[in-house]
Amino acid sequence: MLFSSWGFALLIAVLLPVYYLVPKKLQQGVLLLANLVFYAFAGWFALLLLVLTALSAYAFARGIGRVWDRQKETLALHRDDWEKAQKKAWREQMEKRRRVLLVLCLVLHFGILFGMKYGAGAIGLVNSVFGTAWDGTRILLTMGASFYTFSTMGYVIDVHRGKYPAEKNPLRVLLFTSFFPILVQGPISRFDTLGETLFLPHAFERENLEAGLVRVLWGYAKKLLVADRLLVAVKQLLKFPDTYNGAFAFLGMLLYAATLYADFTGGIDITIGIGRMLGIRIDENFIRPYFSKSIAEYWRRWHITLGAWFKEYLYYPVSVSKPLRRLTKAARRFGDGFARRLPVYLATFAVWAVTGMWHGNSWNFLVWGLANGVILLVSEELSPLYERFHRRFWRIGKTWGYRAFTVIRTVLLLSCLRMFDCYATVPETLRAFGSMFTVWNLPMLWNGGIASLGLSGGDYLVAAIGILAMFAVSMRQRSGALLPRFLNRPLWVRLGVYGVLLVSILVFGYYGFGFDAGQFIYNRF
Amino acid sequence: MKKIWKTIGIWLLAVVLLIGTLFLAGRLVMPKYQSVSIEGSLTEEYYRETLPHDVLFIGDCEVFSNVSPIALFNEYGITPYIRGSAQQLVWQSYYLLEDALKTDAPKVVVFNVLALKYGEPQSEAYNRMTIDGMRFGAAKLGAIRASMTEGEDPVSYLFPLLRFHARWNELSEEDVRCLFFKQPVSHAGYLMRTEVRPVTQTPKPAPLLDPHLPSSSMEWLEKLYRLCEEHGITLVLMKSPSIVPHWYDEWDADVTAFANEHGIAYWNTLSENDAIGIDYALDTCDMGQHLNLSGAEKLSHWLGRELKALMELPDRRTDPAYESVWAEKTERYEKEKAAKTAAGN
Amino acid sequence: METLLEILSELHPDVDFAKEEQLVERGILGSFDVVMLVTRIEEEFDVVIPARLITPETFRSAATLYETIEQLAEED
Repeated sequence: MLFSSWGFALLIAVLLPVYYLVPKKLQQGVLLLANLVFYAFAGWFALLLLVLTALSAYAFARGIGRVWDRQKETLALHRDDWEKAQKKAWREQMEKRRRVLLVLCLVLHFGILFGMKYGAGAIGLVNSVFGTAWDGTRILLTMGASFYTFSTMGYVIDVHRGKYPAEKNPLRVLLFTSFFPILVQGPISRFDTLGETLFLPHAFERENLEAGLVRVLWGYAKKLLVADRLLVAVKQLLKFPDTYNGAFAFLGMLLYAATLYADFTGGIDITIGIGRMLGIRIDENFIRPYFSKSIAEYWRRWHITLGAWFKEYLYYPVSVSKPLRRLTKAARRFGDGFARRLPVYLATFAVWAVTGMWHGNSWNFLVWGLANGVILLVSEELSPLYERFHRRFWRIGKTWGYRAFTVIRTVLLLSCLRMFDCYATVPETLRAFGSMFTVWNLPMLWNGGIASLGLSGGDYLVAAIGILAMFAVSMRQRSGALLPRFLNRPLWVRLGVYGVLLVSILVFGYYGFGFDAGQFIYNRF
Repeated sequence: MKKIWKTIGIWLLAVVLLIGTLFLAGRLVMPKYQSVSIEGSLTEEYYRETLPHDVLFIGDCEVFSNVSPIALFNEYGITPYIRGSAQQLVWQSYYLLEDALKTDAPKVVVFNVLALKYGEPQSEAYNRMTIDGMRFGAAKLGAIRASMTEGEDPVSYLFPLLRFHARWNELSEEDVRCLFFKQPVSHAGYLMRTEVRPVTQTPKPAPLLDPHLPSSSMEWLEKLYRLCEEHGITLVLMKSPSIVPHWYDEWDADVTAFANEHGIAYWNTLSENDAIGIDYALDTCDMGQHLNLSGAEKLSHWLGRELKALMELPDRRTDPAYESVWAEKTERYEKEKAAKTAAGN
Repeated sequence: METLLEILSELHPDVDFAKEEQLVERGILGSFDVVMLVTRIEEEFDVVIPARLITPETFRSAATLYETIEQLAEED
C-alpha cells in the first residue's frame, strides 16, 4: 500500500477514531491490527515473512536475555566465594553463548535479506554460466524488508550488548517490527526510543492531531507538487543519456537532488506526522541535509537513522574487532601513523561498501559507496590543513559568503556522487559526468531543451515555487523547530495554511490520470 | 463566550471557503466539450429537457449520429430523445435509461445493438464522457462500478477535480465562459454533421475469433429488457446503417435469437436498405461509419413509419404543451442546417 | 589522565580537552577520531573499548572517557 493511495487514506480515517475511542488497553491491539491490514496489501508471503522475522527476533533476544540473567544471577550468588579470575571466566563463557545466538540470528536474517536482494541476480548469473534455466524473477524484495530487518536486528544487538533487557511480550516486538508508518521508507527505528511512546496508552490530544496533520500535508505537498513532477523530467533525461549530456547532465543532477530530497523527506514527513497523530514519536531522519558544510556533516544529517545504524552496529564493531586489532599491531612495523589509520580506513570502506549495497544491487552503488568513503577519508586527512587555513584567515571562515560556498560545494559534490545511482551503468555515469566539462550545449537548454523533458512551463513554475517554499521553511528552521511556533499562531492563520496546502495538493499535485487532450479526441471509430 | 463564537465563526468560514474553492476549481478544470469532443456534452444535455419523451433512443455513436428527433417530430409528431454517447457500452446504456426513467416516461425504447460486441470496460476517456455528465444517484454509481478500467478509482468520478486537476495548466477562455452555462450542442441528443465523404471501398472484415457476442453484454441486454418490462416500456432492438465496423452474421443471429425469445422487435436496417434508401456515396460523413444529415433524415423517415406501425403513439404536433418547445428546437435545427449547408460541409 | 589528554590533543591541538564536556554533541570528535582514539588507548593503556561502550556518553568528555578506561582495566 502506498502513501498516495485511497486505501491508505481510508486506513488512517478508520484507524484514528477507533484508536482513540477504544479502551486504552486495546489501543495497541488496534494498532497492531492496522499494521497487519496495511502490510497484507504487500502480499501474504510478505506478511508471513514479517511476522516470522518479528517472532524470530523476539526469540533470539529472549534467548540472549536469559543468558544475561543467568550470568547476573550466578555472579550475584558467588559474589564472595569466587575468585576474580573465576568470575571473568564465567563472564567470558556466557558472552560466548550470547555471541553464538547473536551470530546465528544475524546470519539468518541478513541472509534472508541478502537472498531477496541478490537472489534473482545470482540465479541469472548461474544460468548464464551453466546454461541452466531457473526462474529467479520471482525472488523479489518484499516491501520494507530492508527497514524492518535493520530495526529488529538493532534490537537484538542492543539486547546482546546489555543495553536493555529483552522484551518479554512477543506482541510488542511484532508491533515494533510491523509499525506501518515506518514500513514504507523507514526511518530505521530503535526499540528503546520508539518503544518509549509506542507501548504507551495515548489519550486524544488536539495538538498531536493538528501537528501531525500539518506535517502530513507538508509531506504530501513535497511529494506530489515537487518530487513526482520533477521525476518526469529526470526520467526523460536518464532515458537518453547520450542525447541529454553536457548542460543537460548538470541540469539532471540538480533536478535529481531536488526530486530525491522532496520525495524522501516528504515521505518521512508523512511517516512522522502519522506517528504524531497517533501520539507516537518517530525519530527524525533528516535535519536540513542540504545545508551541510561537508560530506561528513551531510551524512550526519541525511538518512540519519541509517548512518547511525551503520556507525553503531558496523563501523565501530569492525574497527575494534579482534582481527583488525591484530592487523593494526602487525602494521606498526610500517610506522605508527600507518597502523593507526588502518582500522579507520578499513572500517570506513567496509561500511561504505555495505551502504552502497544497501541502496541497490548494481555495481554503480558499490562505486558510489566507495567514492563516498574516499571523499570522507581525503577530507579527514586534509582537515589539519583546513584548520591551519582557518587559524590564519579566521575572518574569511566567519563570512556569510564562505559558509554559502561550503554548503554549495557540498551539495554539488554529493550530487555528482549521486549520478552513480541515476545512470544505469558505471561507464554511462562516467560519460555523463565527463560530458558536463567537455560538451558545450548550454544554449540548447532554453532553445527547446527544457521543454522537451515532458514538463510544461506551468509544471516548472509549480516545482520552483515548491522548492522555494522548502528552502524558506529550512531557513526558518535554523532558529529552532518551526512547528511549535506555528501552532501558536491564531486559528485563522493556521486554517488558512492548511487550506492553501490542501487545495494546492489537490489541484497542482502530480497524481492520477494525466489529462491527455489527445486521448479525449473521439477518433470516430 | 464571545471567544467560542469567534472560533466557531472562523471554522465555519474556513469550511465554506474550502468547499467553495474546491467546487469552483472542480468546475473550472472539467472539460467543457463545447468545441472539442462535443459528444462529451451529450449525457448532461438531457437534463435540460422540460417535457417527457415518447421514444428514447439509447446506444453509442450509431444513435446520436444517425437519428434525427426533429425530423421524427415534424414528420410524425413523435417526441424522441437520444441518450447516446461515444462508445456507450451496454451497461452504460442500461444505467442511463434507469437514470432517465426517474423523470421521463417513454413508451418505446430503441436500443442500438452495436455496443453488444464489447463485454468489458474499454476506455477511461469514453467512460468519462459518458458518465461524468450524469446526475448523482444510484444509476451513476452503478454505471461507475460497471465501467471502470484498470487503474481507475470511483472517488474521482464523484470528485472530478481529482481526475481533471492537471488541466489547470491548459485552461482556456472557454473554461471560464462555460463555468456555469454551456451552449447546447445537440438537437434532442442528435449531433448534426453535413459533410459528405463517400464510401470508396469496403474493407474485408477480419475473421471472427468468437462466433458469439460476449455473454456479459447479453446479460446486460437481458437486464435492460427487464427494466423496460417493469416500466411497461416496449423495447426495440436496432442495428443502425453502417459499412464499418462490420456487423457479423453471427452477431446478428445472437440478437435475432434474443429478440425472438423475448418476443420483441429487432430492426436490422442493413437488410432494409431498399426501403430506407441510404446511398453511401451521399449519405455518410466518414466513409461508411456514420450517416450525415441527409442519411439521418432518410433513416428517421423510415423509423417513424416503423414506430407508428409498432404501436399507437400520440401526435404531439397539435399538443399546445409541446408546441413552443419543439418549435424552438426546430428553429435551431433549421438554422444550423442552413449554416452548415451554406458553409459547404 | 595526563596520557589521555595528550592523546586527545594529538588529534585536535586547538581544543582544551580538560574543560570541554560536549565533545560528541558539538561535533569535535567525529567517528574517525573515535576509532583513532580507541586504537591509541589500546596502545597506551592496553585496554580495548568494546563496541557496546562506544557511545556519546563515553566520549562526552576526557573525564568520562577516563572513567570508562579505569573501569575496563579493573574488570580485567
